[in-house]
Amino acid sequence: MTKLYRTLSFLLAVTACFVWALMGSNALAQTIKIGSSLSVTGPASFLGAPEEKTLRLYVDKINASGGVLGRKLQLIVYDDGGDPNKARTNATRLVEQDKVVVMVGGTTTGATLAMMPIFEDAQIPFVSLAGAIEIIDPVQKYIFKTPHTDRMACEKIFQDMKSRGFTKIGMIAGTDAFGKSMHDQCLKVVGNYGITVLVDESYGAQDSDMTPQLTNIKNTAGIQAVINPGFGQGPAIVTRNYRQIGISVPLYESHGVASKSYIDLAGPAAEGVRLPAAALLVANQLPDNDPQKKVVVAYKTTYEKATGEPVSTFGGHAYDGLNIVVAAIRRGGSADPKKIRDEIEKTSHFIGTGGIVNMSPTDHLGLSLAAFRMLEIKNGDWVLVTATN
Amino acid sequence: MAAFLQFAFSGLTVGAVYALVALGFTLIYNASDVVNFAQGEFVMLGGMVTVVMLAAGVPLPLAALIAIAVAVGVGIALHRLAIEPARDASPVALIIITIGASILIRGVASIVFDKQFHKLPAFSGDAPIAVLGATILPQSLWVMGGTAAIVVLLYVFLERTILGKAVLATAANRLAAHLVGIDTKLIVTLSFGISAAIGAVAGILVTPITLTNYNIGTLLALKGFAGGMLGGMGNPLGAVLGGLLLGLMEAFGAGYISSTYKDGIAFIVILVVLFVSPRGLLGRRSVERV
Repeated sequence: MTKLYRTLSFLLAVTACFVWALMGSNALAQTIKIGSSLSVTGPASFLGAPEEKTLRLYVDKINASGGVLGRKLQLIVYDDGGDPNKARTNATRLVEQDKVVVMVGGTTTGATLAMMPIFEDAQIPFVSLAGAIEIIDPVQKYIFKTPHTDRMACEKIFQDMKSRGFTKIGMIAGTDAFGKSMHDQCLKVVGNYGITVLVDESYGAQDSDMTPQLTNIKNTAGIQAVINPGFGQGPAIVTRNYRQIGISVPLYESHGVASKSYIDLAGPAAEGVRLPAAALLVANQLPDNDPQKKVVVAYKTTYEKATGEPVSTFGGHAYDGLNIVVAAIRRGGSADPKKIRDEIEKTSHFIGTGGIVNMSPTDHLGLSLAAFRMLEIKNGDWVLVTATN
Repeated sequence: MAAFLQFAFSGLTVGAVYALVALGFTLIYNASDVVNFAQGEFVMLGGMVTVVMLAAGVPLPLAALIAIAVAVGVGIALHRLAIEPARDASPVALIIITIGASILIRGVASIVFDKQFHKLPAFSGDAPIAVLGATILPQSLWVMGGTAAIVVLLYVFLERTILGKAVLATAANRLAAHLVGIDTKLIVTLSFGISAAIGAVAGILVTPITLTNYNIGTLLALKGFAGGMLGGMGNPLGAVLGGLLLGLMEAFGAGYISSTYKDGIAFIVILVVLFVSPRGLLGRRSVERV
């Protein structure tokens, strides 16, 4: 008897689930579906996790204040763990199964490059959150991105070096996708600033000791500064080793380590290190007349209050991506993918955390070099380097 | 000369960690013929648990002890829950089980801890010590000294205690050991426990230098395995030698030849050694002759 009861109640529960699921999907039929594949876990999780939190936070906020065009946003996030293959699978799923109208995601360059063809074929706009310039150069019709490119970071660093009179530098780069790409971009533009790279070293992304490479840099005569394209924990170890073997010339890091955890991991060794980053990192230090001040302070306050974590520029890229998309849907008055694409391309004077965005058919990023600020680490915190020195 | 010394310091520090991982491989391999690819996870647990305990206000020595205890617990659980029930499976199946276990441990660690990188304070300060123009961190001395201490302790344990001799006997011939009254199941469990403890100590010693997160175990397991193969799988001294050599090759390769190919250089040397002497530098010579 009890057995029969158990079977019956099980069946009842299953039926209830089905009914609930059906009702649920009916209620959601009118939503605007935004897809996302992010590296919430894996080696790039420190990028992907704040991106995911930001997207969820702001989609909830937008829905709480009435949604977009009177419809609610529905965010569908899949985790790719930083694996391009998985990202591609996620992209196919978002397009074919979930039928999203727009995509905001792609934490890493590798994942983004793997997903791009799918969205281009399906004619669904894709706003990437990854760094490399290959994503938007050459321009593809449906692909956009919000973060600064690595080439811009190189240019910003070389600009600063030039203004301090450095012409002979050493370079030590990670061999991961980020480090490699920025390394190559830096070599492409370094000549424009009258700077020569005397010594060019590399390290594996998971290496735990870079003193041999740095010793070679130290022993190269005439080095005036060192640049370290890389992200993750590698640059933190480079910074520690740099001080350990007593190199005294200035060290430049990339925007790839523009988060508090870098200062934390590198410790006192990070003192005096310079790096280009978005205004977000120094939100409270910006002068009041800075056009970005209001936006970045608002995002920083909201994010830190909701998550209890310090804000990072990576979450900011997601904020920019989502808001550019939402603004495009509002301007066009339609959630049709093609319409959204056209409107994203018309984005002008959008003030985001990464800078002021002016897109065009030939520029699917829309940021100028002014979007980067040169920061220096002093007393364990970022300090804005004023343009005069 | 200064550069040479700097490369050597770098190689010995990194190599000492590889050596400890290789030693862990060797112990388990000897006792049970299993190549335990979850060995790197013990290193991760050692570092991560210490970080978490320290953040919770536990003093460093106690935090380190707790971390070792946790790793030992996981090691024994790995044997009892995953390896022992499948003891009749082929070694390859057992190795695959350890790979599965390492993925599980990593996944759980990423949830229980977090996915960020963490650091530990150096045990005796961060001021580098200058030696003939090169510099070495006090923590590197801890790593090398700790490795040496573990090797000596392990030697004394294996050669001078009854229990240690039982481990050696089990490694030499499990059936014979069983027949003379050694509880071989207990010995295998013990080997997993000791391996885990060695891994955890390596993790604690090296975290102030290399940082740690939930994901560092995979690469360490590979490097430690390579070191073990180079030295001769199954020979504890070979494991230490192989690990140190691998670290030195990486450092000198990066310093003198090319940093781009330093991992490649190390692995080419290993391949050459294995071609010439398939059982590694100090591997057990096969005595079975027909």
